[in-house]
Amino acid sequence: MYNAKAVIVGIVIFVALFTSPFWLSMMGQDYKSTGIELPKGEKECIEDVQFMRDQHMRLLNEWRDEALRKENRVYVATSGKKWNISLQNTCLKCHSNYKEFCEKCHTANGVDPYCWTCHIIPQGSK
Amino acid sequence: MNKSRRSFLKVAGFSAFALTSGMAALSGVAQAQIAPGKYERAANALHAKRWGMVIDTRQFKGPEDYKPLIQACHSFHNVPHIPDNQDIKWLWLDSYAHVFPDDMNAHLNTHTRESMYPLLCNHCTNPPCVRVCPTQATYKMDDGIVAMDYHRCIGCRFCMAGCPYGARSFNFKDPRKFLANPVPNPEYPTRMIGVVEKCTFCAERLAVGQMPACVEAANGKILFGDLEDPNSTVRQALATNYSIRRKPSLGTQPGVYYLI
Repeated sequence: MYNAKAVIVGIVIFVALFTSPFWLSMMGQDYKSTGIELPKGEKECIEDVQFMRDQHMRLLNEWRDEALRKENRVYVATSGKKWNISLQNTCLKCHSNYKEFCEKCHTANGVDPYCWTCHIIPQGSK
Repeated sequence: MNKSRRSFLKVAGFSAFALTSGMAALSGVAQAQIAPGKYERAANALHAKRWGMVIDTRQFKGPEDYKPLIQACHSFHNVPHIPDNQDIKWLWLDSYAHVFPDDMNAHLNTHTRESMYPLLCNHCTNPPCVRVCPTQATYKMDDGIVAMDYHRCIGCRFCMAGCPYGARSFNFKDPRKFLANPVPNPEYPTRMIGVVEKCTFCAERLAVGQMPACVEAANGKILFGDLEDPNSTVRQALATNYSIRRKPSLGTQPGVYYLI
Protein backbone atom coordinates (compact mmCIF):
# COMPACT_ATOMS: atom_id res chain seq x y z
CA MET A 1 0.00 0.00 0.00
CA TYR A 2 1.32 3.47 -0.92
CA ASN A 3 1.45 5.99 1.88
CA ALA A 4 0.15 3.39 4.32
CA LYS A 5 0.80 5.62 7.33
CA ALA A 6 -1.17 8.58 6.01
CA VAL A 7 -3.99 6.39 4.74
CA ILE A 8 -4.44 4.54 8.04
CA VAL A 9 -4.29 7.76 10.06
CA GLY A 10 -6.84 9.20 7.65
CA ILE A 11 -9.15 6.22 8.08
CA VAL A 12 -8.88 6.43 11.87
CA ILE A 13 -9.69 10.15 11.86
CA PHE A 14 -12.62 9.56 9.50
CA VAL A 15 -14.09 6.76 11.65
CA ALA A 16 -13.65 8.84 14.81
CA LEU A 17 -15.42 11.84 13.27
CA PHE A 18 -18.13 9.72 11.68
CA THR A 19 -19.02 8.01 14.96
CA SER A 20 -18.53 11.14 17.08
CA PRO A 21 -22.26 11.65 17.78
CA PHE A 22 -22.33 8.25 19.50
CA TRP A 23 -19.26 9.01 21.63
CA LEU A 24 -20.53 12.46 22.55
CA SER A 25 -23.91 11.15 23.60
CA MET A 26 -22.26 8.45 25.72
CA MET A 27 -20.14 11.03 27.51
CA GLY A 28 -22.85 13.65 27.61
CA GLN A 29 -25.87 14.06 29.85
CA ASP A 30 -28.61 11.54 30.20
CA TYR A 31 -32.05 12.15 28.71
CA LYS A 32 -33.79 14.68 30.85
CA SER A 33 -37.49 14.38 31.45
CA THR A 34 -39.45 17.51 30.58
CA GLY A 35 -40.57 17.66 34.22
CA ILE A 36 -44.18 18.44 33.47
CA GLU A 37 -46.49 18.85 36.42
CA LEU A 38 -49.42 16.47 36.33
CA PRO A 39 -52.77 17.70 37.61
CA LYS A 40 -52.96 17.29 41.36
CA GLY A 41 -55.75 15.17 42.77
CA GLU A 42 -56.53 13.49 39.43
CA LYS A 43 -55.54 9.84 38.94
CA GLU A 44 -56.74 9.00 35.43
CA CYS A 45 -56.98 10.75 32.09
CA ILE A 46 -59.62 9.69 29.58
CA GLU A 47 -57.40 6.89 28.24
CA ASP A 48 -54.11 5.38 29.47
CA VAL A 49 -50.99 7.51 29.78
CA GLN A 50 -49.13 5.98 26.85
CA PHE A 51 -52.05 6.58 24.48
CA MET A 52 -52.50 10.16 25.65
CA ARG A 53 -48.79 10.88 25.29
CA ASP A 54 -48.57 9.44 21.77
CA GLN A 55 -51.94 10.29 20.33
CA HIS A 56 -53.48 13.27 22.15
CA MET A 57 -53.08 15.51 19.12
CA ARG A 58 -54.76 13.03 16.81
CA LEU A 59 -57.42 12.37 19.41
CA LEU A 60 -58.14 16.11 19.59
CA ASN A 61 -58.47 16.27 15.80
CA GLU A 62 -60.87 13.35 15.90
CA TRP A 63 -62.84 14.94 18.73
CA ARG A 64 -63.12 18.14 16.71
CA ASP A 65 -64.51 16.35 13.65
CA GLU A 66 -66.90 14.15 15.65
CA ALA A 67 -68.26 17.06 17.68
CA LEU A 68 -68.49 19.68 14.94
CA ARG A 69 -69.49 17.61 11.94
CA LYS A 70 -71.36 14.62 13.39
CA GLU A 71 -72.75 16.26 16.55
CA ASN A 72 -71.25 13.44 18.63
CA ARG A 73 -70.28 15.49 21.64
CA VAL A 74 -69.81 12.64 24.13
CA TYR A 75 -66.82 10.29 24.20
CA VAL A 76 -67.27 6.91 25.85
CA ALA A 77 -63.82 5.81 27.03
CA THR A 78 -62.70 2.18 27.14
CA SER A 79 -63.33 2.31 30.90
CA GLY A 80 -66.98 3.08 30.13
CA LYS A 81 -66.75 6.58 31.57
CA LYS A 82 -68.42 9.31 29.51
CA TRP A 83 -66.60 12.53 28.74
CA ASN A 84 -67.94 15.73 27.26
CA ILE A 85 -65.95 16.45 24.09
CA SER A 86 -64.36 19.83 24.71
CA LEU A 87 -60.72 20.92 24.86
CA GLN A 88 -61.59 24.00 26.86
CA ASN A 89 -64.19 22.56 29.22
CA THR A 90 -62.99 18.98 29.70
CA CYS A 91 -59.22 18.71 29.07
CA LEU A 92 -58.27 22.07 30.55
CA LYS A 93 -60.45 21.61 33.64
CA CYS A 94 -57.91 19.07 34.98
CA HIS A 95 -54.89 20.22 32.99
CA SER A 96 -55.35 23.75 34.24
CA ASN A 97 -51.66 24.63 34.48
CA TYR A 98 -50.76 25.57 30.92
CA LYS A 99 -47.18 26.67 31.64
CA GLU A 100 -46.17 23.56 33.58
CA PHE A 101 -48.07 21.00 31.53
CA CYS A 102 -48.75 21.83 27.87
CA GLU A 103 -46.04 24.35 27.21
CA LYS A 104 -43.11 22.53 28.84
CA CYS A 105 -43.55 19.45 26.69
CA HIS A 106 -44.35 21.37 23.51
CA THR A 107 -41.24 23.49 23.97
CA ALA A 108 -39.04 20.45 24.64
CA ASN A 109 -40.34 18.80 21.48
CA GLY A 110 -40.12 21.94 19.37
CA VAL A 111 -43.78 22.01 18.43
CA ASP A 112 -45.88 25.15 18.34
CA PRO A 113 -49.57 24.26 18.20
CA TYR A 114 -51.88 27.24 17.68
CA CYS A 115 -54.76 25.96 19.82
CA TRP A 116 -54.65 29.06 22.00
CA THR A 117 -55.36 31.67 19.38
CA CYS A 118 -59.02 30.64 19.83
CA HIS A 119 -59.30 28.26 22.80
CA ILE A 120 -58.87 29.98 26.08
CA ILE A 121 -56.09 28.99 28.45
CA PRO A 122 -57.24 28.76 32.08
CA GLN A 123 -56.76 32.00 33.97
CA GLY A 124 -53.61 32.53 35.96
CA SER A 125 -51.40 30.15 34.02
CA LYS A 126 -50.27 32.44 31.23
CA MET B 1 -37.92 -14.91 -22.35
CA ASN B 2 -40.45 -17.27 -23.74
CA LYS B 3 -43.78 -16.08 -22.43
CA SER B 4 -46.97 -16.71 -24.27
CA ARG B 5 -49.53 -13.94 -24.57
CA ARG B 6 -51.86 -16.09 -22.46
CA SER B 7 -49.51 -16.49 -19.50
CA PHE B 8 -48.62 -12.77 -19.60
CA LEU B 9 -52.27 -11.76 -19.41
CA LYS B 10 -52.81 -14.19 -16.51
CA VAL B 11 -49.98 -12.68 -14.49
CA ALA B 12 -50.97 -9.11 -15.37
CA GLY B 13 -54.58 -9.69 -14.43
CA PHE B 14 -53.73 -11.35 -11.15
CA SER B 15 -51.26 -8.57 -10.24
CA ALA B 16 -53.83 -5.88 -11.00
CA PHE B 17 -56.37 -7.64 -8.79
CA ALA B 18 -53.87 -8.11 -5.95
CA LEU B 19 -52.82 -4.45 -6.10
CA THR B 20 -56.30 -2.96 -6.20
CA SER B 21 -57.78 -5.22 -3.53
CA GLY B 22 -54.81 -4.46 -1.29
CA MET B 23 -55.35 -0.74 -1.90
CA ALA B 24 -58.99 -0.99 -0.85
CA ALA B 25 -58.07 -2.74 2.40
CA LEU B 26 -55.35 -0.17 3.13
CA SER B 27 -57.62 2.82 2.55
CA GLY B 28 -60.03 1.32 5.07
CA VAL B 29 -57.26 1.21 7.64
CA ALA B 30 -56.26 4.79 6.91
CA GLN B 31 -59.70 6.06 7.90
CA ALA B 32 -59.92 4.01 11.07
CA GLN B 33 -60.73 5.73 14.32
CA ILE B 34 -57.80 6.64 16.53
CA ALA B 35 -59.52 6.65 19.92
CA PRO B 36 -60.21 3.23 21.42
CA GLY B 37 -63.56 4.39 22.82
CA LYS B 38 -66.87 5.22 21.17
CA TYR B 39 -68.61 8.45 20.20
CA GLU B 40 -72.24 9.30 20.89
CA ARG B 41 -74.64 12.19 21.30
CA ALA B 42 -75.49 13.61 24.68
CA ALA B 43 -78.67 12.17 26.21
CA ASN B 44 -80.18 15.63 26.76
CA ALA B 45 -79.41 16.97 23.25
CA LEU B 46 -82.28 18.55 21.33
CA HIS B 47 -83.02 17.00 17.95
CA ALA B 48 -84.83 18.18 14.84
CA LYS B 49 -85.02 17.19 11.21
CA ARG B 50 -84.64 20.82 10.22
CA TRP B 51 -84.17 23.59 12.76
CA GLY B 52 -85.94 26.84 12.01
CA MET B 53 -86.67 30.19 13.64
CA VAL B 54 -89.73 32.40 13.63
CA ILE B 55 -89.22 36.01 14.76
CA ASP B 56 -92.42 37.77 15.79
CA THR B 57 -91.37 41.31 14.90
CA ARG B 58 -94.84 42.63 15.85
CA GLN B 59 -94.00 42.14 19.51
CA PHE B 60 -90.83 44.22 19.38
CA LYS B 61 -91.65 47.89 19.81
CA GLY B 62 -88.35 49.35 18.64
CA PRO B 63 -84.63 48.75 18.12
CA GLU B 64 -84.09 48.96 21.90
CA ASP B 65 -86.12 45.76 22.35
CA TYR B 66 -83.55 43.81 20.35
CA LYS B 67 -80.58 45.02 22.40
CA PRO B 68 -80.80 42.33 25.14
CA LEU B 69 -80.92 39.61 22.45
CA ILE B 70 -77.83 40.90 20.70
CA GLN B 71 -76.12 41.31 24.06
CA ALA B 72 -77.00 37.72 25.06
CA CYS B 73 -75.70 36.29 21.76
CA HIS B 74 -72.52 38.32 21.57
CA SER B 75 -71.49 37.82 25.18
CA PHE B 76 -72.18 34.07 25.03
CA HIS B 77 -70.10 33.61 21.88
CA ASN B 78 -67.37 36.16 22.69
CA VAL B 79 -68.22 38.27 19.64
CA PRO B 80 -66.16 41.48 19.68
CA HIS B 81 -67.50 44.92 18.87
CA ILE B 82 -65.18 46.70 16.45
CA PRO B 83 -66.38 50.26 15.87
CA ASP B 84 -65.85 50.53 12.10
CA ASN B 85 -66.72 48.61 8.92
CA GLN B 86 -64.73 45.60 10.15
CA ASP B 87 -67.24 44.82 12.89
CA ILE B 88 -68.19 41.18 13.58
CA LYS B 89 -71.90 40.47 13.22
CA TRP B 90 -73.78 37.42 14.48
CA LEU B 91 -77.07 39.10 15.31
CA TRP B 92 -77.62 42.68 14.15
CA LEU B 93 -80.29 45.15 13.00
CA ASP B 94 -81.03 46.80 9.69
CA SER B 95 -83.82 48.75 7.99
CA TYR B 96 -86.72 47.30 5.99
CA ALA B 97 -85.27 48.44 2.66
CA HIS B 98 -82.03 46.55 3.32
CA VAL B 99 -83.59 43.47 4.90
CA PHE B 100 -86.36 42.88 2.34
CA PRO B 101 -85.06 44.56 -0.84
CA ASP B 102 -87.47 42.59 -3.05
CA ASP B 103 -90.25 44.73 -1.53
CA MET B 104 -92.93 42.27 -2.63
CA ASN B 105 -95.88 44.33 -1.33
CA ALA B 106 -95.80 47.92 -2.54
CA HIS B 107 -98.15 49.61 -0.07
CA LEU B 108 -97.26 48.19 3.31
CA ASN B 109 -98.09 50.12 6.46
CA THR B 110 -95.54 52.70 7.55
CA HIS B 111 -94.72 50.92 10.81
CA THR B 112 -93.49 47.85 8.93
CA ARG B 113 -91.52 50.01 6.52
CA GLU B 114 -89.86 52.11 9.21
CA SER B 115 -89.02 49.35 11.69
CA MET B 116 -85.61 47.83 12.24
CA TYR B 117 -85.33 44.05 11.80
CA PRO B 118 -83.00 41.55 13.47
CA LEU B 119 -80.67 39.73 11.11
CA LEU B 120 -78.69 36.55 11.51
CA CYS B 121 -77.48 33.63 9.41
CA ASN B 122 -80.55 32.16 7.68
CA HIS B 123 -79.27 28.57 7.79
CA CYS B 124 -80.52 28.05 4.25
CA THR B 125 -81.67 24.73 2.86
CA ASN B 126 -79.51 25.47 -0.20
CA PRO B 127 -76.64 27.42 1.33
CA PRO B 128 -74.47 29.15 -1.34
CA CYS B 129 -71.67 29.61 1.22
CA VAL B 130 -71.31 25.83 1.55
CA ARG B 131 -71.17 25.36 -2.22
CA VAL B 132 -68.33 27.84 -2.66
CA CYS B 133 -66.19 26.90 0.36
CA PRO B 134 -63.02 25.31 -1.08
CA THR B 135 -62.00 23.56 2.16
CA GLN B 136 -65.37 22.39 3.50
CA ALA B 137 -64.79 24.60 6.50
CA THR B 138 -68.46 25.51 6.32
CA TYR B 139 -70.95 22.70 5.85
CA LYS B 140 -74.60 21.81 6.36
CA MET B 141 -75.44 19.35 9.10
CA ASP B 142 -78.25 16.80 9.03
CA ASP B 143 -80.44 19.01 11.21
CA GLY B 144 -80.27 21.92 8.74
CA ILE B 145 -77.75 24.01 10.63
CA VAL B 146 -75.04 25.59 8.47
CA ALA B 147 -72.00 25.21 10.69
CA MET B 148 -68.41 26.41 10.61
CA ASP B 149 -65.16 24.64 11.45
CA TYR B 150 -62.76 27.52 12.11
CA HIS B 151 -59.81 25.10 12.16
CA ARG B 152 -60.28 24.56 8.45
CA CYS B 153 -61.07 28.10 7.37
CA ILE B 154 -58.31 29.56 5.21
CA GLY B 155 -59.87 33.02 5.10
CA CYS B 156 -60.51 33.13 1.34
CA ARG B 157 -63.88 34.85 1.93
CA PHE B 158 -65.62 33.06 -0.96
CA CYS B 159 -68.47 32.34 1.48
CA MET B 160 -68.87 36.04 2.19
CA ALA B 161 -69.20 36.68 -1.53
CA GLY B 162 -71.57 33.73 -1.84
CA CYS B 163 -73.89 34.67 1.03
CA PRO B 164 -76.71 36.90 -0.25
CA TYR B 165 -77.57 38.01 3.29
CA GLY B 166 -74.27 39.46 4.47
CA ALA B 167 -74.38 37.07 7.40
CA ARG B 168 -70.65 36.39 7.46
CA SER B 169 -67.92 38.50 8.98
CA PHE B 170 -64.18 38.32 8.44
CA ASN B 171 -61.69 38.80 11.24
CA PHE B 172 -59.47 41.47 9.75
CA LYS B 173 -57.96 41.99 13.19
CA ASP B 174 -57.27 39.77 16.18
CA PRO B 175 -60.72 39.68 17.86
CA ARG B 176 -59.21 39.24 21.33
CA LYS B 177 -57.94 42.83 21.22
CA PHE B 178 -61.55 44.00 21.16
CA LEU B 179 -62.78 41.69 23.93
CA ALA B 180 -62.53 42.11 27.66
CA ASN B 181 -59.84 40.09 29.43
CA PRO B 182 -61.04 37.60 30.69
CA VAL B 183 -63.48 37.12 27.82
CA PRO B 184 -67.23 37.38 28.56
CA ASN B 185 -67.75 33.60 28.35
CA PRO B 186 -64.62 31.56 29.26
CA GLU B 187 -66.47 28.34 28.35
CA TYR B 188 -66.59 29.30 24.66
CA PRO B 189 -63.60 29.90 22.38
CA THR B 190 -62.89 33.11 20.52
CA ARG B 191 -61.90 33.22 16.87
CA MET B 192 -58.53 34.19 15.44
CA ILE B 193 -57.39 36.70 12.85
CA GLY B 194 -58.02 35.55 9.27
CA VAL B 195 -61.11 33.37 9.69
CA VAL B 196 -64.74 34.01 8.77
CA GLU B 197 -67.43 33.62 11.42
CA LYS B 198 -71.21 33.75 11.73
CA CYS B 199 -74.23 32.71 13.77
CA THR B 200 -74.28 28.96 14.52
CA PHE B 201 -77.97 28.66 15.55
CA CYS B 202 -76.31 27.83 18.90
CA ALA B 203 -75.55 24.24 17.83
CA GLU B 204 -73.38 23.91 20.96
CA ARG B 205 -76.33 24.89 23.19
CA LEU B 206 -78.78 22.58 21.42
CA ALA B 207 -76.29 19.77 22.00
CA VAL B 208 -76.70 20.18 25.77
CA GLY B 209 -80.47 20.68 25.75
CA GLN B 210 -80.60 24.47 25.77
CA MET B 211 -82.42 26.81 23.38
CA PRO B 212 -80.34 29.37 21.44
CA ALA B 213 -79.20 32.40 23.44
CA CYS B 214 -81.34 34.93 21.51
CA VAL B 215 -84.44 32.73 21.79
CA GLU B 216 -83.94 32.44 25.53
CA ALA B 217 -83.45 36.20 25.89
CA ALA B 218 -86.54 36.98 23.76
CA ASN B 219 -89.04 35.47 26.26
CA GLY B 220 -91.25 33.84 23.63
CA LYS B 221 -91.01 36.59 21.01
CA ILE B 222 -88.75 34.35 18.95
CA LEU B 223 -89.78 30.75 18.35
CA PHE B 224 -87.34 27.98 17.57
CA GLY B 225 -88.17 24.43 16.54
CA ASP B 226 -88.44 21.74 13.91
CA LEU B 227 -89.77 22.98 10.55
CA GLU B 228 -90.42 19.40 9.43
CA ASP B 229 -92.70 18.65 12.36
CA PRO B 230 -96.26 19.96 11.72
CA ASN B 231 -96.95 20.09 15.47
CA SER B 232 -93.92 22.16 16.43
CA THR B 233 -94.39 25.70 17.74
CA VAL B 234 -92.69 27.20 14.68
CA ARG B 235 -94.98 25.37 12.27
CA GLN B 236 -98.03 26.33 14.35
CA ALA B 237 -96.95 29.97 14.26
CA LEU B 238 -96.35 29.86 10.50
CA ALA B 239 -99.71 28.17 9.92
CA THR B 240 -101.66 30.86 11.78
CA ASN B 241 -99.70 34.03 10.90
CA TYR B 242 -98.47 35.85 7.80
CA SER B 243 -94.72 35.40 7.48
CA ILE B 244 -92.02 36.55 5.10
CA ARG B 245 -88.45 35.46 4.48
CA ARG B 246 -85.46 37.37 3.16
CA LYS B 247 -84.87 37.33 -0.61
CA PRO B 248 -87.07 34.28 -1.30
CA SER B 249 -86.59 34.65 -5.07
CA LEU B 250 -82.98 33.47 -4.78
CA GLY B 251 -84.11 29.94 -3.91
CA THR B 252 -81.82 29.51 -0.92
CA GLN B 253 -84.82 28.60 1.28
CA PRO B 254 -83.92 30.46 4.49
CA GLY B 255 -84.72 28.86 7.83
CA VAL B 256 -85.52 32.21 9.50
CA TYR B 257 -89.09 33.52 9.16
CA TYR B 258 -90.37 36.98 10.08
CA LEU B 259 -93.94 37.59 11.26
CA ILE B 260 -94.86 41.16 10.27
